[in-house]
Amino acid sequence: MDLERLEGILGRFDGLPADLIPVLQEIQDSYNYLPKEELNIVAQRLNVPLSQIYSVATFFKMFSLLPKGKHVCRVCVGTTCHLKGGQRLAESVGHRLGVDIGYTTKDMNFTLETVGCLGSCAQAPVMMIDDTYFARVTVDKVPKIIKQYQK
Amino acid sequence: MPIIESVDHLTEYRRQVRARRDPNQLQVLVCGGPGCLPLGSEPLAEAFQAEMAAKGLEGKVLLKTTGCHGLCSHGVRVLIRPKEITYQKVTPEDVPEIVETTLINQGLVERLLYQDPHSQAPCPHKGDIPFYQSQNPLVLRKLDIIDPESLDDYLAFGGYRTLRKILFQMTPEQVIEAVEKSGLRGRGGGGFASGRKWRLCRNAPGDVKFVICNGDEGDPGAFMDRAIMEGDPHAVIEGMIVGAYAIGALRGYIYVRHEYPLAVKRLQKALEQVREFGFLGTKILRSNFSFDIKISQGAGAFVCGEETALIASIEGKIGEPMPRPPYPVQAGLFGLPTVINNVETLANVPEIINMGPEWFAAMGTDNSKGTKVFSLVGAVNNTGLVEVPMGTTLRQIIFDLGGGIIDNRDFKAVQTGGPSGGCIPSQFLDLPVDYDSLQQVGSIMGSGGMIVMDSHNCMVDVARYFISFLMEESCGKCTPCREGLKQLLAILGDITNGQGEESQLALMEELCRTMAAASLCGLGQSAANPVLSTLKYFREEYEKHIRDKKCPALVCRQLLTFTIDPNECTSCLACVRECPVGAISGPKKEPQVIDQEICIKCGLCRDACQFEAVVVE
Repeated sequence: MDLERLEGILGRFDGLPADLIPVLQEIQDSYNYLPKEELNIVAQRLNVPLSQIYSVATFFKMFSLLPKGKHVCRVCVGTTCHLKGGQRLAESVGHRLGVDIGYTTKDMNFTLETVGCLGSCAQAPVMMIDDTYFARVTVDKVPKIIKQYQK
Repeated sequence: MPIIESVDHLTEYRRQVRARRDPNQLQVLVCGGPGCLPLGSEPLAEAFQAEMAAKGLEGKVLLKTTGCHGLCSHGVRVLIRPKEITYQKVTPEDVPEIVETTLINQGLVERLLYQDPHSQAPCPHKGDIPFYQSQNPLVLRKLDIIDPESLDDYLAFGGYRTLRKILFQMTPEQVIEAVEKSGLRGRGGGGFASGRKWRLCRNAPGDVKFVICNGDEGDPGAFMDRAIMEGDPHAVIEGMIVGAYAIGALRGYIYVRHEYPLAVKRLQKALEQVREFGFLGTKILRSNFSFDIKISQGAGAFVCGEETALIASIEGKIGEPMPRPPYPVQAGLFGLPTVINNVETLANVPEIINMGPEWFAAMGTDNSKGTKVFSLVGAVNNTGLVEVPMGTTLRQIIFDLGGGIIDNRDFKAVQTGGPSGGCIPSQFLDLPVDYDSLQQVGSIMGSGGMIVMDSHNCMVDVARYFISFLMEESCGKCTPCREGLKQLLAILGDITNGQGEESQLALMEELCRTMAAASLCGLGQSAANPVLSTLKYFREEYEKHIRDKKCPALVCRQLLTFTIDPNECTSCLACVRECPVGAISGPKKEPQVIDQEICIKCGLCRDACQFEAVVVE
């Protein structure tokens, strides 16, 4: 376990139970998931039972107990995107990557997720890879977009 | 020591900022709002910078990336001041021509101007475009002008003027009175009177109180709060300072969705600036008032937009709502009195204090004052953010501002209020929109999402979509919501798959009544609205799915048949490559055929076909 990295995160907080979610967010951002051993230490340091950490980690969508891929592809399925084919877009991306929605490719390069709304409704259907938005993504644009992120 | 030490110092600093500015300064303002950003605002701004440097215009023309310009469907938008020339659908390739023609030779690039759809006349200036003409922007008024990362910009436009007024000329009681008199109601959905909420919290016993800004904009189809937080973050912070002074809070939180990384970044930067300037901290501007704000990021849960779930989440717990009463104004964050206001509500506050409550109350209807920002999206020609006085009719919003339905199709419904709202049919197009009128027709104002639907949208599918969204997002704590949504989804699944029975419609209505009566929080109580409103106004569509096994809008996949028209097929094989189950085949260089036994009706072939050869019935 990389104790120094974890200490670097914990050191920025007061060690209160209310710090739990921001601490988990930083671990998720830094490790790309929530490793079990690290969570044990978080439980001790914030004085929060491990069971509560498990409930928080499985309640909120941004947390993952398994490592996510190098790139996270989020296809918007908000109302406007739904009406303009967001679900089909998600399926098309999944088909191209060979992975189901919610899963990570075997080479750990992509995790495919759907999201409630990305707030760019005027450009529906929208998807996001890491921090980059893609507007009015029709199915035929998918291969070109994915290619930019393939190893 | 803070940069600004007193209110007089602030006035002097503002005077200096303004004195340095030339009102005739040539400015290029590139929209970096939620609509234009995915279309390429960043590369466009870079292209302007490079081209202006190459032409020796650096230092002569000011370049800024701003918040939302409103007309997202025609992005990326560029505004050139002081003449207020607007260009639309601008790409980096257009930049050399704009620089040469407009910046250097003061001419117009005609092909980039908005064209009036009726008269075909080009609209060179912002004020010529019908979309902007009928609006009355208060909250959005600075979004296309200021650099959201510049505190000087905000100050130049009169920002933080309320500090002198509230800290040195008004008691907290007077601030509350002003907000009460203005008639401001919560813009996040509930529509509770903001002044009354502040008063209840001020009167609640206890010395430690909190103010929370709810920026967990989860309603799909609504993005006004994102646009405000990203485009004018200081307005939200200033509103929070006023609220904190009014209720006597020492600490504030801004709760933002983690799906909005730019909003988080902009707010963080704005908070650093105001701390440095001394507008936050201890004894602000030598008054006796101390206050600071922390950002709390959501972790991806729609239910956290509900205030008690939001509080639980800040406390480090899962976002499960609590029964009310006690209300947060009595026992909120850490059990202490807490006011929770929405982003747009808070952004309205500074102007109410500056201009006076009477000014604000002069706009709107009897019980809904001021303006409302709507995100107008879906099947309209002009999509984007609009801000109109309360009481503007749906027809004005959709047809005058929105420019009507795309491809001249027929209007079918407008969905307002997010998953808690309903679908409003065409007979109510002349309804003046306010909190009460929307409720009377079975929907709600919600946070202001307006999704326009036409004949290509299936209302049963829309109901199924919202129920599926809500089932996914229900926290699972109370039975009516958790189980009710599951059963509703199962029934709607049957109907859209062609296995529905007529008796199920009555069963759904019964389930809806139970959920509305017995659910713990707003999510469950209002979850039935999408079903009830579509059942009420579009019952015949449900019946067609059940009796005829047909989806008139050609949306519900299981009721469709996909075939390839041999006369249109060019044998390009795009559909063959896209089909996930290998259902399409045929001899080389000849029309392809879909095997109905294998076809899963996903529709990807239709999307992939460039020649409209895939026929759906």
